[in-house]
Amino acid sequence: MSPAVVIISSIVYLGILFLIAFRAQKNPRKSTSIQSAWIYALSMGVYCTAWTYYGSVGKASRDGIDFLAVYIGPTLMAPVWWIVLRKIIRIAQVQRITTIADFISSRYGKNISLGSIVTVFCFIGIIPYIALQLKAISESFEIITSQSTAQTFSGSILKDTSFYVVIIMAIFTLLFGTRKIETTERHQGMMSAIAFESIVKLVAFLVIGFFLVYYAFDGFGDLFNQALANENTSKLLLMPEKSGYREWFWITILSALAFTLLPRQFQVNVVENTNENHIKTATWVFPTYLLLINLFVLPVAIGGIILSKGEAYNADYFLLHIPMMFDQNLLALFIFIGGISAATSMIVVETMALSTMFSNNLLIPFIVGNDRLKMKYGKHLSAITIWSRRLSIVFILLLAYWYYHRLDQYYSLVSIGLISFISVAQFAPALIGGIFWKKGTRKGAIAGILIGFAIWFYTLVIPSLLGNSAFGQDLLENGLFGWSALRPQALFGLEGFSPISHAMFWSMFWNIIAYITVSFNSTQNNVERNQSEVFVDIFKYSAIYENTIVLKGKASVPDVIKTLSQFFGEDRSAQVIRLFAKKYDIDISDPTNIADPRIIAYAERLLGGVIGSASARMMMSSAVVEDDVRIDEVVSIVRESQQLLIANRELTRKSVELKNALDELEVVNIKLQENDQIKDDFLSTVTHELRTPITSIRALNEILFDNPDLETEDRQHYLGIVIKETERLSRLISQVLDLERYESGRQKLTLNRCTAFELIHDSVEAVNQLIVEQKITLDIIDNTNDIELIADKDKMIQVFLNLLSNALKFVESGDGKITVRAEVVASFMMFEIIDNGKGIEEEFQKMIFEKFFQAKNQLMRKPKGTGLGLAICKKILDLHKGKIEVESQPGIGSTFRFYVPLYLDQKIKEDNNSIE
Amino acid sequence: MKERNSKQKLIAIAIGAAVLLNIPILETVNKKILVFGFPLLYFYVFLIWMVLIVLLYRLAHQKSK
Repeated sequence: MSPAVVIISSIVYLGILFLIAFRAQKNPRKSTSIQSAWIYALSMGVYCTAWTYYGSVGKASRDGIDFLAVYIGPTLMAPVWWIVLRKIIRIAQVQRITTIADFISSRYGKNISLGSIVTVFCFIGIIPYIALQLKAISESFEIITSQSTAQTFSGSILKDTSFYVVIIMAIFTLLFGTRKIETTERHQGMMSAIAFESIVKLVAFLVIGFFLVYYAFDGFGDLFNQALANENTSKLLLMPEKSGYREWFWITILSALAFTLLPRQFQVNVVENTNENHIKTATWVFPTYLLLINLFVLPVAIGGIILSKGEAYNADYFLLHIPMMFDQNLLALFIFIGGISAATSMIVVETMALSTMFSNNLLIPFIVGNDRLKMKYGKHLSAITIWSRRLSIVFILLLAYWYYHRLDQYYSLVSIGLISFISVAQFAPALIGGIFWKKGTRKGAIAGILIGFAIWFYTLVIPSLLGNSAFGQDLLENGLFGWSALRPQALFGLEGFSPISHAMFWSMFWNIIAYITVSFNSTQNNVERNQSEVFVDIFKYSAIYENTIVLKGKASVPDVIKTLSQFFGEDRSAQVIRLFAKKYDIDISDPTNIADPRIIAYAERLLGGVIGSASARMMMSSAVVEDDVRIDEVVSIVRESQQLLIANRELTRKSVELKNALDELEVVNIKLQENDQIKDDFLSTVTHELRTPITSIRALNEILFDNPDLETEDRQHYLGIVIKETERLSRLISQVLDLERYESGRQKLTLNRCTAFELIHDSVEAVNQLIVEQKITLDIIDNTNDIELIADKDKMIQVFLNLLSNALKFVESGDGKITVRAEVVASFMMFEIIDNGKGIEEEFQKMIFEKFFQAKNQLMRKPKGTGLGLAICKKILDLHKGKIEVESQPGIGSTFRFYVPLYLDQKIKEDNNSIE
Repeated sequence: MKERNSKQKLIAIAIGAAVLLNIPILETVNKKILVFGFPLLYFYVFLIWMVLIVLLYRLAHQKSK
């Protein structure tokens, strides 16, 4: 196929990518939640690079099923994403972390040296991997245009395909990766393009798979039966004999770790995640994606071997060779585009992530940490950040380009990928330990990473670099200094492992041991302890994080704004701080005041999104006079502020309740005191009332005792008085008991039907003797027409008797007149007892129904009785749900009027209902 | 409670799949036999893979309810 067609098609494809990215970037809100979940899941497909696309087939054609281990690893991780990945995402969002280097350095006290180490190691580990992609593009270009595949780098650089690839990639990454300074702002445009690329490479692979199986062969059965018959291919259907399962096991673990730790995966999985719930979709979509893209790898490998019939095709490019064997040029072109999509997506995301690491973890900390440089460039930090990022993208790609030409002869396609994997796997103990284990220290993390990396370098890189030299041969066979325990590929005598499993095992072994033992034997500083607390318990803290204090120190608000303005501009910085202050109700009106710690913490996190947490910390601490923060202080502040809001609300509610309760209590207390007083009064009155008759009884008895020969007449007289007083005494006692029964509510009514006539008649009968004796006129007026009422007859008679005897007491004998009247008023029966006695002063009228009223008012001359009669009447009528009142004019007479309901039983029932 | 429950299920699925896709179980299917036209080893690995996906799909959709 002519190179022009291929080049034009490639440029058109990249143009489409630009368009997709541009449109998504312009309308970021257009995509629905389901769409963005799928974009998220598909963009994870950046995991499948050109190495997957072309290299898996090559690997499968040599070792059979081994190639699958690299995809089984992430698949086995998928179920626990909801636990592990979600935690990493939450931490990264809360702390505005944008790269794996930033993540690890943040966890271990925002440490700059740790961030730099991770960054440098990422560069060393990843650049060959990027070179691999360049190699895949230029080699596939040479195959499809049927040029020589020889790796000679001669003549002008301008004739070299991969150089143009580098330029185009650089432009693409620059356009979409570094448009904005804040790396926490997601690159929706780029992610849409990446997701699209994932679809393209998958479809391309599926198309060639179907073509091979159903066009070149007669279905899977035919293909595999032919494979079984062929000695070269039948072994591919089994686990490779030599170290097969061991390799499988270690690569599964390795790829599971790499899937989380590769800078591009961290970018896509963590930084570009817009919603934690998208993980749920990715959990099943991504394993499905991996399954589909691997479905035809073995058939293509086997088919390629069978179809090539002994001709020496490069198995890494069977994917392209097969359609070309059948002269399917268009299909070949599509496959080529698929390969471009696999390579470009990886290159773009990976260089972008690396460039952010470069600026945030190497360059800016270096400038900020150096006083002279800071003086000189401090004002231009914002420009430096973005330009260093852009330049580093170009630099990384050029480095990869150089590497591709200089060093790629040492590696096959596949081994470069795995070597990269092992280099980033060295971050696993520090990262996994960092989010689940609070005790992991910075020193432990540095020790683990350094030792792991050293072993990686010694066991994998050295043999590849020096393998062909005499020194290298000697080293491999006899070990360093002739110590066989130090043979790079059989370290400490571990033989029979493949170089990859061998390096993986030893590097992880010493890495983990160093991380744990050094962590146990070193202490964390304050920031570190604070960060470990926040990282491990992120779900507890994230909701209240903006209120927590990370940096405790003194700085004025203008100072903080000034620091921010180096990156965000004066106006925007001031506005951001104002909004934050408003949100949390912080007063920033006085510029000389010390800024609230929350503002400082917020500013630090804002900066962290731009230049990484370690640099941000340095920036802020130069603006802030830092106090030493004790961890328990920080933890308690965090916990307090979490509980403070709740507690505050609770407190307000409680205090209102308390106040109400207090008011009630006061009322009750007053009542209690009154009751107490009444009780005292009552007791003293009762005793007084009891003493009077007892005194007279005793006096009379003494007379009788001292004078045995008293006149019979006198004796009779005295004894009569004694009997009377005794009666009065017993009446008093029974009335006190009565009253007590009423007041305690133990008195029950015995209801019967009766008429007014019966009540009046029975009562009058009882006092008739007195009326006759005192010559008093008694009138009875009954207007009730014998209407019956329901009442306790005995109690009602008691009321009548009390009132009648009162009336009798107050009228003058002779011209005294008492009228008893009964009448029905509404649903009540009204009774009146009217006398023409001396009447009651108006001021006393309300009080006469209180017990012992007479006793308390010694001014009133006390005639007879106990002083409890009217009180008892009132109680009885209360029980009957009636009422009693008095009308009186002194000197003319009194009218006692009381009402009794006609249907007491119904009234009681109604009252009960209304209570329910 | 439900969240906790599904977390435990997820971990159980991961462990189960890891065991099923490793030695010694893989050894038992490492035979030169074709099943429905597919090599037994591949057939087994992809089958487990698909079952895993179905389980994850069901769990994800059950959770979203």
